[in-house]
Amino acid sequence: MTERVRVTGPPRRRTADATARSSRARDIDTDTRLGEIYLGSLLRAQLGLAARVLGVLAVTVGSWPLVFHVWPDLAAVEVAGVPVAWLVLGVLVYPLLVGLGWWYVRRAERNERAFVDLMDTRP
Amino acid sequence: MSPAPGIVAIVLVTVATLAIGTWGLRFSRTTSDFFVASRSVNPRLNASAIGGEYLSAASFLGVAGLVLTFGADMLWYPIGWTAGYLVLLVLVAAPLRRSGAYTLPDFAEARLGSRGVRAVCSVLVVAIGWLYLLPQFQGAGLTLRSAVGAPVWVGPVIVGLVVLVNVTSGGMRSITFVQAFQYWLKLTALLLPLMVLLVVWAGDGTPPAAREVAGWSVPLADGGGQGLYLTYSLIVATFLGTMGLPHVVVRFYTNPDGRAARRTTLVVLALLGVFYLLPPAYGALGRVYAPELAASGRSDVLVLELPRLVVPGPLGEVLTGLVTAGAFAAFLSTSSGLAIAVSGVLTQDVTQRRLRGITAFRVAAVVAVLVPVLVALAVPNVGVARAVGLAFAVAASTFCPLLLLGIWWSRLTAVGAVAGLVAGGVGSGAAVAWTLAPASASGWVGVLLEQPAAWSVPLAFATMVGVSLLTPGRIPPHTRRLMVRLHTPEAVELDRG
Repeated sequence: MTERVRVTGPPRRRTADATARSSRARDIDTDTRLGEIYLGSLLRAQLGLAARVLGVLAVTVGSWPLVFHVWPDLAAVEVAGVPVAWLVLGVLVYPLLVGLGWWYVRRAERNERAFVDLMDTRP
Repeated sequence: MSPAPGIVAIVLVTVATLAIGTWGLRFSRTTSDFFVASRSVNPRLNASAIGGEYLSAASFLGVAGLVLTFGADMLWYPIGWTAGYLVLLVLVAAPLRRSGAYTLPDFAEARLGSRGVRAVCSVLVVAIGWLYLLPQFQGAGLTLRSAVGAPVWVGPVIVGLVVLVNVTSGGMRSITFVQAFQYWLKLTALLLPLMVLLVVWAGDGTPPAAREVAGWSVPLADGGGQGLYLTYSLIVATFLGTMGLPHVVVRFYTNPDGRAARRTTLVVLALLGVFYLLPPAYGALGRVYAPELAASGRSDVLVLELPRLVVPGPLGEVLTGLVTAGAFAAFLSTSSGLAIAVSGVLTQDVTQRRLRGITAFRVAAVVAVLVPVLVALAVPNVGVARAVGLAFAVAASTFCPLLLLGIWWSRLTAVGAVAGLVAGGVGSGAAVAWTLAPASASGWVGVLLEQPAAWSVPLAFATMVGVSLLTPGRIPPHTRRLMVRLHTPEAVELDRG
């Protein structure tokens, strides 16, 4: 008499979604070439975004000393009785900094959402 | 002048600080509460706390005084102190939080897996912390002398004691509430008197500022090419130094996750932007009503004395009390934050070897506060903004390269990090020592030593990158896992090492 053997199929995940998600996350966890590309694309997106924000900062705020060095007469220009240097360096620079920060946070969160979606969807 | 409003203001701020600290104590029970408020502080409260902690005496008193004396080129200080947070936001905020470390030495050790890097970082945190605490305590002495006529040693002793009581009793959690309160106090203490001053100024027919001082509206330091160098070097030091200040970095660990760290930083940017609109206005009004303060070298007390000079009578006294309260809050909050950061490092690397938990933290806090108080009493005044500026230069030349390369460059090695930290630390440190020495150099050498950041920061970066590339075999094996931890959103389940 032969022993009874339970026959089963290959193990199945409950949903296709879970399979896909874990496979891409597993690529990152096991350092496959594909995982490297996934992580690299997130890093490049975030670093590129940071470079763009800092580029705007350098071109605007960073260039002002040079501008006033090259055109010293600019210091005498007044807008509504206030010297233009005071208006720009004392007031306008702050909305610019906050605006850049706000734009960065929106874009950085969007990059991260795209990464989460990539991990979640089927390949 | 009567000392009454000053005394009332200082007593009220002290009582309020201790009361809020004690109230916060009800929530801090564990060692984690002491260090990082158990990471459960919401972004708006946390941002107010960061703002409160960051706006030191240099911001509250120093900027207005510098603008009064030197004019528009001093506007670069508040710009740099704000833009530093933008640089921190885009390059460091979220990854630093996700690293999950308590302090800068923790980050270095986690990233590079080396006790040696950790030791160098700990020494630097304590050095920068003390360099920053020293002018706070000395400024407190000057403020109390100006406000109530107290001997100059009273300020450091009172501020030191209040900070010590608060830090040792409640740690980070109670400090968070205190710091948040102090941001709004400082803002109110500058805003209300300024509004009254502007009304008086308008009533006087808006007399123009005395602009006889040459170059007062030129936003550049004097001296052609040297002035341009000094201005750009100051920009490098402040834009890049903020991320390396010990009391700034320790605050990021109190955010629940990387996304919250970013949002907190954005709110901080806005809070700082609003605050820094005010001190330059005091400087400009000082040009109208109190130009003699600049001539007599007492420009640091401009904010404290202007209300009384412009508005005589009881209203002037009340406004004087208000600005005195704000100045005192500035000393208390910044010193508390620095004391927490320095004692956190001392606890982990020194006292915890002998003592346990909260006792170890308390002993470390006593050391962290006592040393700079004693130095402040012993050495002559070094100037608030100058010493703070040097602390920024050292931070920019050491922790900025470590953080940026550690977060964004996977080929960094422990050997490279130590070499870069030493190169940047020794370079900028030597410049600090040389600048504070009685006989300073003149000409281009003096200029290069006065503002070292523009050469010491690239030197540190080059050394760190160069030595790392020469030691490719020493790249830590866990680097990939750590990059996953630093950069991926917490929502994705991944192996983060």
